[in-house]
Amino acid sequence: MSTSTVLRARLSPHLRRLEAESIGILREVAAEFHNPVMLYSIGKDSGVMLHLALKAFYPSKPPFPLLHIDTGWKFRDMIRHRDQIVKHYGVRLLVHTNPEGLARGINPLSSGSRLHTQVMKTEALKQALDKWGFDAAFGGARRDEEKSRAKERIFSFRGTGHVWDPRNQRPELWSLYNTKISQGETIRVFPLSNWTELDIWQYTRAEDIPVVPLYFAAPRPVLERDGQLIMRDDERMPLQPGEIERIRMVRFRSLGCYPLSAAIDSTAATLDDIIAEMLVMRTSERSGRLIDTDEAASMEKKKRDGYF
Amino acid sequence: MTSGAHPQVTVATGGAGGPEKELLRFLTCGSVDDGKSTLIGRLLYDTRLIPEDQLDALARDSRKHGTTGEELDLALLVDGLQAEREQGITIDVAYRFFSTPRRAFIVADTPGHEQYTRNMATGASNSQAAVILIDARKGVLTQTRRHSYICSLLGIKHVVLAVNKIDLVDYSGERFHHIVGDYLGFARALEFSSITPIALSARYGDNVIHRSERMRWYEGPTLIEHLEALDVTEGLDEKPFRFPVQWVNRPNLDFRGFSGTVVSGVVRAGDRVVVAESGRESTVARIVTADGDLTEARPGDAVTLTLTDEVDVARGDVLAHAHDRPEVVDQFAAQVLWMIEEPMLPGRSYLMRIGSRFVPARITSLKHKTDVNTLEHMAAKTLALNEIGFCNLGTASPVAFDPYGENRGTGAFVLIDRFTHQTAAAGMISFGLRRATNIHRQALLIDKSARTRLHGHRPAILWFTGLSGSGKSTIANILERELHALGAHTYMLDGDNVRHGLNRDLGFTDADRVENIRRVGEVARLFVDAGAIVLCSFISPFRAERRMVRELVEDGEFIEIFVDTPLEECKRRDPKGLYARALAGKIKHFTGIDSPYEVPEGAEIVLETGLAPEQAARRVLDALRERRVIG
Ligand SMILES: Nc1nc2c(ncn2[C@@H]2O[C@H](COP(=O)(O)OP(=O)(O)OP(=O)(O)O)[C@@H](O)[C@H]2O)c(=O)[nH]1
Ligand SMILES: [Mg+2]
Repeated sequence: MSTSTVLRARLSPHLRRLEAESIGILREVAAEFHNPVMLYSIGKDSGVMLHLALKAFYPSKPPFPLLHIDTGWKFRDMIRHRDQIVKHYGVRLLVHTNPEGLARGINPLSSGSRLHTQVMKTEALKQALDKWGFDAAFGGARRDEEKSRAKERIFSFRGTGHVWDPRNQRPELWSLYNTKISQGETIRVFPLSNWTELDIWQYTRAEDIPVVPLYFAAPRPVLERDGQLIMRDDERMPLQPGEIERIRMVRFRSLGCYPLSAAIDSTAATLDDIIAEMLVMRTSERSGRLIDTDEAASMEKKKRDGYF
Repeated sequence: MTSGAHPQVTVATGGAGGPEKELLRFLTCGSVDDGKSTLIGRLLYDTRLIPEDQLDALARDSRKHGTTGEELDLALLVDGLQAEREQGITIDVAYRFFSTPRRAFIVADTPGHEQYTRNMATGASNSQAAVILIDARKGVLTQTRRHSYICSLLGIKHVVLAVNKIDLVDYSGERFHHIVGDYLGFARALEFSSITPIALSARYGDNVIHRSERMRWYEGPTLIEHLEALDVTEGLDEKPFRFPVQWVNRPNLDFRGFSGTVVSGVVRAGDRVVVAESGRESTVARIVTADGDLTEARPGDAVTLTLTDEVDVARGDVLAHAHDRPEVVDQFAAQVLWMIEEPMLPGRSYLMRIGSRFVPARITSLKHKTDVNTLEHMAAKTLALNEIGFCNLGTASPVAFDPYGENRGTGAFVLIDRFTHQTAAAGMISFGLRRATNIHRQALLIDKSARTRLHGHRPAILWFTGLSGSGKSTIANILERELHALGAHTYMLDGDNVRHGLNRDLGFTDADRVENIRRVGEVARLFVDAGAIVLCSFISPFRAERRMVRELVEDGEFIEIFVDTPLEECKRRDPKGLYARALAGKIKHFTGIDSPYEVPEGAEIVLETGLAPEQAARRVLDALRERRVIG
């Protein structure tokens, strides 16, 4: 059997189409920008994006580093996974934490999720982009995640100060991306724009991409707060009066800072299980992301400020 | 709401051997408030793709921003920007995904407002079909026509004419047929392969997913039935092989591959291919992917090709089969949709992106613009925002293309403003105007004619000759200012800036005078080669040396301007006191005194005495227009 037949059999035509589109986008950035970077958030989307980058430039290595914005509140499993991946693929990883935020003691518990996100994610990201002078940054955001993301271009222009002006996006016709920017302007690029959550999992399974174990159901100590299941990953998160930790079979659909990422009850312990579970799931993926709901049109507002 | 159970929703199963649903990309378009976003909200809602938490949010939003009273405002599922929700309109395209047991869909919801037409075009560029909505109460409007025309220009072949809000006209079949008749009358000229009229109510769901019980007279398909069945195959496999090189893959000295995505056709290892722009041929050695080499690559495949020879290939080049090449031209005719506030000006330079190539380009002439209401052609000088015109364009170097009607991937381009970097226009190439010597172009790709197109005017030497004090420099200076204001690239050579540098070693003997002019001529020739208009003011008393310069450049590029001021008048003016000194014998070899001036015999322009310098300059400007040096 020729190699091409093997390849066709493993990926459905739908995933092959998505893969090829993403690879085209990744190459476009490498060809057009002086100093691109890939935002690596350790989650399943980042995993797919990194995997696609390794394929896109083969036999060369991806001609850009990874950047992780570390808020200091990621699950320990995530950091472990990150370091393994970097070693496994031999890619260059940059890590940045907002030093002022750290000094001011900003945290998701007492500062509130909004301030924490603003300072430790959005500001930190902007600092890092400026510090290394990146002119293009890949993000793993998908249009199906959220209604303002459904409005995003694949090449999303950001003015000076990294701001997004949703009313003044560049028309993006065919795949003739406008990659031209002036000094001080940058582009965010979303190679996974047209993927859905289900596509991500099916591709992860087909390509055997490593993911953080937290995505799989396991007995974990969780507490219930504001109707959400929170896993206390370390001692920095004190229990409130009346709260108790119970061991439950849970998993995470979306991973961020641990006090802000809610788990779901689930028994899905394999990729097959996760995919089967998705077919009957009736809530949205980001419903467990506490930062999305702290204001109306919250995502859009954060994006205008420079969030991904 | 229409009765009937929710259809079973399944989702594509991946993996080996799984059933694969074909993808359909379509857009909704039409006039403001015709119900496009509501229709997509309805499709998402009725295919049960809205998760519970988002339904809760929708109920909250509907109370706050809704336009539908107590009911859910389904448009709010799609209008995701704050400004859109507050104003109840769509501003920018939203891309939503949904699927039914038979097909997967990507739908682009586009804005109806004229102001945001470019966003509608954005949605249309990647769509295979269009759902054009009409408010049953209002019928066919200008925006309906404009959007239909844009769909047709962008190559969409299949149109659904969704006559919406049929609930507001009492589900009237008569009204429906009337609107359909109107529309078909207009759309006949647009060359769609199919137009399918459907009577529906987005708000109440009639004939969207569920067949309406309130329109017994309607015998056509529901929207979803039609979209599921629509055949949009483009036959890309059968088209000629086209591969725009996106990135040169060079991990080490032993590997040199060309990464890109196959636009059309099929390529196999061993195929004879050609770099379209240069005409250089080679053979495909390998089709490399991270999953191993392929024996063939098909449309949409992102691969890396290696060739058997070390031919020169760069990003932007198009690889094609040697026996089936694209056209390579530097001038072509195209439909252009203007997308920025600043009007299109023929002559101005933009950056064109075609395939993976960026090349300076200008619109050389606007043939006509099209009235979207009547599709009539109208004479025009410029295109304003959202206007569509048929233009000739020139590029600074030849580009490979196929007519857009034959190949969307190689016939489309965008123009980018060179200062603001905004995407200024979308274009669809109709045909090439002048074949750039279709074969084996191996000379420098940037030559004089390439530079000329970039400048927007022809290069020329404007050679001012005449006695000292005749007014050469004064006129040349005014003329240069005028040319500069017109955007021409100019340069001035005169005694002052040449004698002090380049020709510092020369005196005023006859031999030195000749050498002086020879050098000036050579410098002027370089400027002409660079595409500039060079103004030269030299007494240059001898015919022979003027002819020498004339012969350095191509016919028509040397324009001799005789400033015919009589000696007596020059002596009277004597601005620098030179005549006085010459007459006093203090300057030797002074033209007109003790050295001859040979009056030109075939000067292109003669400026007789008595003209004010401004008048003289204008006279030259007119002559340059007549000679088509400037536009
Ligand atoms: N009665 C009735 N109202 C409808 C129907 N479809 C849409 N509407 C209403 O028409 C109004 C405009 O609907 P939208 O979906 O926002 O219209 P649109 O075409 O997306 O508007 P733009 O995107 O701004 O051009 C809303 O108040 C809808 O509820 C329908 O079938 N029947
Ligand atoms: Mg709308």
